[in-house]
Formats: sequence, structure tokens, C-alpha cells
Amino acid sequence: MEKAIRRYWPVFVLPTLAAFSVGFIYPFVQGLYLSFCKFTTIKKATFIGFGNYAYAFQDESFWHSFWFTALFTVVSTVLINVIAFAIALALTNKIKGSNVFRTVFFMPNLIGGIVLGYIWQILLNCVLSLMEKPLLALNATYGFIGLTILMCWQQIGYMMIIYIAGLQSIPDDYIEAAKIDGATTGQILFKIKIPNVMPSITICSFLTITNGFKLFDQNLALTGGEPAHASEMLALNIYNTFYSRSGAQWKGYGQAKAVIFCIMVILISMIQLKITKSKEVQQ
Amino acid sequence: MKRKNVLALGLIAMMTAATFAGCGSSASGDSATGDSASTDGASGKVYYLNFKPEADEAWQEIAKQYTEETGVPVTVITAASGTYEETLSSEIVKDEAPTLFQVNGPVGLANWKDYCYDLKGSSLYNELTSDSFALYDGDAVAGIAYVIESYGIITNTKLLEEAGYTIDDIQGFDDLKKVAEDITARSSELGFSAFTSAGMDGSSDWRFKTHLANLPIYFEYQEKGIDSTDAIEGTYLDNYKQIWDLYINNATCKPADLAGKTGDDAENEFAERKAVFYQNGSWEYANLTGKGMTDDELAMIPIYVGAGDEKNQGLCTGTENFWCVNSEASDEDIQATIDFLTWMVTSDAGTKMLAEQIGVIPFKNAADTTNLFVLNDRAYTEAGKTPVSWNFTTMPSEEWKNGVGSALTAYAAGTGSWDDVVSAFVDGWATEYAAAN
Repeated sequence: MEKAIRRYWPVFVLPTLAAFSVGFIYPFVQGLYLSFCKFTTIKKATFIGFGNYAYAFQDESFWHSFWFTALFTVVSTVLINVIAFAIALALTNKIKGSNVFRTVFFMPNLIGGIVLGYIWQILLNCVLSLMEKPLLALNATYGFIGLTILMCWQQIGYMMIIYIAGLQSIPDDYIEAAKIDGATTGQILFKIKIPNVMPSITICSFLTITNGFKLFDQNLALTGGEPAHASEMLALNIYNTFYSRSGAQWKGYGQAKAVIFCIMVILISMIQLKITKSKEVQQ
Repeated sequence: MKRKNVLALGLIAMMTAATFAGCGSSASGDSATGDSASTDGASGKVYYLNFKPEADEAWQEIAKQYTEETGVPVTVITAASGTYEETLSSEIVKDEAPTLFQVNGPVGLANWKDYCYDLKGSSLYNELTSDSFALYDGDAVAGIAYVIESYGIITNTKLLEEAGYTIDDIQGFDDLKKVAEDITARSSELGFSAFTSAGMDGSSDWRFKTHLANLPIYFEYQEKGIDSTDAIEGTYLDNYKQIWDLYINNATCKPADLAGKTGDDAENEFAERKAVFYQNGSWEYANLTGKGMTDDELAMIPIYVGAGDEKNQGLCTGTENFWCVNSEASDEDIQATIDFLTWMVTSDAGTKMLAEQIGVIPFKNAADTTNLFVLNDRAYTEAGKTPVSWNFTTMPSEEWKNGVGSALTAYAAGTGSWDDVVSAFVDGWATEYAAAN
């Protein structure tokens, strides 16, 4: 079998590699080049050097978006993972109807971000209106809370599935042995279950951190960056730089911001991977 | 052994082909393409990237008809509402780029002037009723206006009568204020409000941050005798405040709820006879009649803000939609596109479709319209009133509009002050103008 794979590797690699090159590598390299250009369309670009980066780094709105996004990512990563893990723990204990619950928790993930954004906007605005508080578009704090609620609602189910898989792969002997040795539930959780689901924690925190940083459609639909860009996250800021200004220079600025953004996401997720991976144990 | 290699290669080829199969048809959408070579030797083809989703069906129909008559393939693709710039940016660099697209006035032209074919002297340009409907880039004719639209305050005349007034009672801002406040005072007894919700959601806020904001700009331009500026002074912003206060304090909902109200909300409130006044334009006619409203209960009156000569003020009439022909297209395609457009504005079928679906068209052979609001506009002009011109095409950027919109929303909800609106309007203009030029 292994021999066959070795011989026919192009069959397995080439189609994906070709798609990856066309869909990712080529646009990425071109994007990198365009970030040094002034352009309206990608075919008519004039090279201008580092001017776009200079602008991007001193643009206050970009830094505001960065801190807003960073805060959102921290809060949502912690909340989503803690709650998803708690639910996964509950649903791996043999309780009645746990399959139904798993399906129910997973379902929000099947709805697209834009649709979710608009539905939650109506919901939250109704609640705020009843409480006589300013609506989402008027208060960045409510916008932030709204985004966090929305992301939790959407992602907890997905992460829960990964945690369930992780929890189920822990051999029963470990837990039985621990019980016989007289370990408490807390000890079993912290000394056996959590170290053994570290691979799941790595995956889930990677997904939530990158999702938090990349968040776009939910942000666009729920708050649209209102009031006055205060709830604008990085991706939306880049989009607005690109499309809501007139004049050729803005596309270059947007492109430079996008490159900085990409590097930041890669760096942060690599650091996270390194930290959580080092805590994984061999079964 | 060899057979196996051949098999492997075949598999690779197949899988690679399958991977790319999806890419070729990205310019999907209903099209009326035909094989140009096979029919009466016509060369060139037309690809129109349409801006108006509401007219998509009509464009598809007329494209098909044109292809049947002439054999020239015409593809019409419509960008989803609010995504025209994005769609155009990606479509125009394709090998099969749009031969026909549109820009909205001089600010839109700034982005696309490199792609605009000079239409001066073309058969299409010669059909225009006036030079003022062409969009100039220096001496070159970069775009041709294809529709003249009007906006104002759409009024439900029947409800107004129930409240004890007629549209003749409203000849200026003071009259409008009196009527609106009287209706508000008696709204529980009458069962309707004066204004529909002035929604500040993205689907509706353009009515105020763009169209309503046009009025203070118009009066300032009039006063100074200019038609664009790098720094607006905001001399008429008190009038802007007046009318905005009137809208938000006499509406179907609380001012604090406006941030979440949509364009559909306002339209439905009006169609369900919950309000007498609704600020919108002639393009709303089909929607309102489609929802069961009839000509005898509709009228459009000017937006009075308490400035200028109100007795002689007409509706806000103008255009921001200009056709541009892609200068990068091949000569045959450019010619085919100009021929198609000329046919659109001269043939019976073409002008009828434009007049019915798009509105008044500024061409010599234009068919007449049945749009009540357009007829209202004509009546005002015939009565000697001066239409308010569209100056919002000179607003420095989308970002400026968004700033004004945010400030208006916050002011309505009480979380911001009117000074913020003034600063977004005046300071924002200078900043954005400087950034764009």
C-alpha cells in the first residue's frame, strides 16, 4: 500500500497543489506586490514603494480596529473554548438525549455569518429598545457584546464537537485507574482529561483565534462598524479603506493593511500553536 | 507497468480539469449570448455590467430581443445591490471584461476615468437632448447620463385629506411643519403618523446622508454660484437640522429606534397607510403601486427646508447614473456597444423599456413615461418652478457620507449632538476632499 502511494503521489498531490497555487499562492504574491503600488485595478498598477505601509502604520482607524479586534479575539476565544469544553464534558457523560443536544448545539454553525448578523441585529435591537438603551449602531460597547454573543452562539457547537471527539478518545482505563486510586472529579478533570485533550485544545484555540481576527461578515451585518467606525474590526477596516473612498491611492493603502493583517494573524496563531502544542501529552 | 503510468497520468489530467471546471463560468447570470459568427456577419459583442438590480429582468429581455434582431451577442450581468464597485473592480480586469459599465458622477469617475472611452461625436452622444447630460473628463465625454430621476416627499393625498389638508396647503417649510405637527398631535385619533420612519440602517440611510444632505449643499452652491467645492461652509446646516428634526419627531417610531429601521420598513409603513409623508424618489413608483397604492392617492412634493425661494422650488431632479464604454475593449466591441446603446435610445422597443423600467431618459427619441412622480416633476417645471439640482455627486467620498450618517443617527438617538453633525459635514468634507485629490 505504502509503495503504491509512493509511486502514485502525483495523483494525490498535483490537483490540490495546482488549486492551492492558483487559489492561494499566486493571489498572495500578487497581493504582496500590489501593496507597494498605487492602483485602481490589478492590471494598471504603478509601483510606489513603501508609501502605502507608511500610511497604514500611521492610520489611527487601523490601530483602533486592531485593538478592538484583539480584545474581541481574547474574550471570544476564552468564552467559546471554556463553554464548549464544559458542554462537551456534560454531553460525554451518559445523559439521556445527548445526541439530540449535540445536534442542537451544532446547528447554529450551519447558518451563514451575514444572515446570523442580521437576525441577531434585529433580536438585540429589540431587547435594547425595550430596555430603552441605545441600539447596537449607537454604542460600541453594546456592539462588542453583541458580536461576542453572536460568535459564541455560532461557534460553541463546532468546538464542542471537537472536544467531544477528544474526550472520547481518552482510554477508559485511565479514568478507571484514577478512580480506583481515589482521585476526585476535579483531579480527574485537571490531571487526566485536560492533558489528554490538549490536541483538541490546540485545534480549537487556533480556530477561534483566527476566526476572531478574520471576522468580517458578522461584523458587517451586525454593526457595520457603527458608530463612526468604533466597532469596526480589522477585516472591515480594510474593506472600507478599499471601497468607500474615491481615488486610486486607497486601494494601495487597503492592500498594505491587508498584508500587515495577514502577517499579524500568522504570527499570533503560530505563537499560540507553539504554546499549546508544547503541552500536549503522548497517550 | 506502462499501462499503469498512462492510467495515472489520465487520472491526474482528469482531476486537474475537475479542479478548474468551476472557474470558467464565473461570469454567470442569465445572458443572451449567441454565436456572433453564425448570424449575418455581425462582429463584436456587448457585455453590460448593470447597476440597477430592479431592472435586471428588463435588461435581460431587451438584450435577447436585440440579439435576435441583429445577431450581436449581448450579455447583461447585474451586480448585487450595493456591491457595484467591488464587482466592477474584479470584472474589468478579466479577459472578457464589461464593454459597458457605469459610474456615478464626477467622484465615481475619478476611479474609472482610465477605462472610459471618449464618446464625443458618437451616435449615442448625438442623441442626447443636451450637453449637460454628458459627463466630462477634461474635453473628453467619459459618460452619458441615461436616466433623469426626481426625489422629494412622496405624499399620501388621501390621508392628508383625512387630516384636513391638501397638497396645495404645503407651499414651504413652515406649512409642512404646521401640517406635520398637527398630524402628530392628533395621530392617535387619526390612526396614522406624519412621516414614515427615517431609517438609518444601511438600506435606508442614503435617503438622508446623501439625498437630504443635497439640499444644504445645493443652496450653498446656489448662493456662491459654484458647482463643486473643496471645502463646504455649511451655511444652510440649520435648515438641514430643521427638516431632520421634523422627520424624526413626527414619525411612526421613536427617534432612538431609527438606527435599526430599514428601507423596507419605511416603504411598508407608507404602503400600509401608516404615514402621510415618505421621502424617496421616482424609482419608488413601481414598488408602491406594486404594493397596491393607486395614482389617485399619490403625489410627490418638494423637500422644503426653509431656504431659498420656496414658492418656486421644484423637486430634486438630476442624475448620477452614467454609461461608460470600456476603452480597453476591442474596437469591434466598442462599436458594438455604442451601436447597442444607440439602438436602446432610438428604437421603439429600447426607449419603451427604458422609459418604463428606468425612468425619463434624456434622448431625442425617448418614449413617454407613465411614472406619476416623473409627471409630477414635469408639472412643477411647466408651472415655472426650478428643480433642485443633484449636487451629491460632488460629495467627496462614501466615507464622508458615512460620517454624516453616523452623526445624524447619533443625534436622533440623543447619544450625539448636532455639533457632531456639523463637524462631520464641514470638517469631514475638507478632510475627505484633501484625501481624494
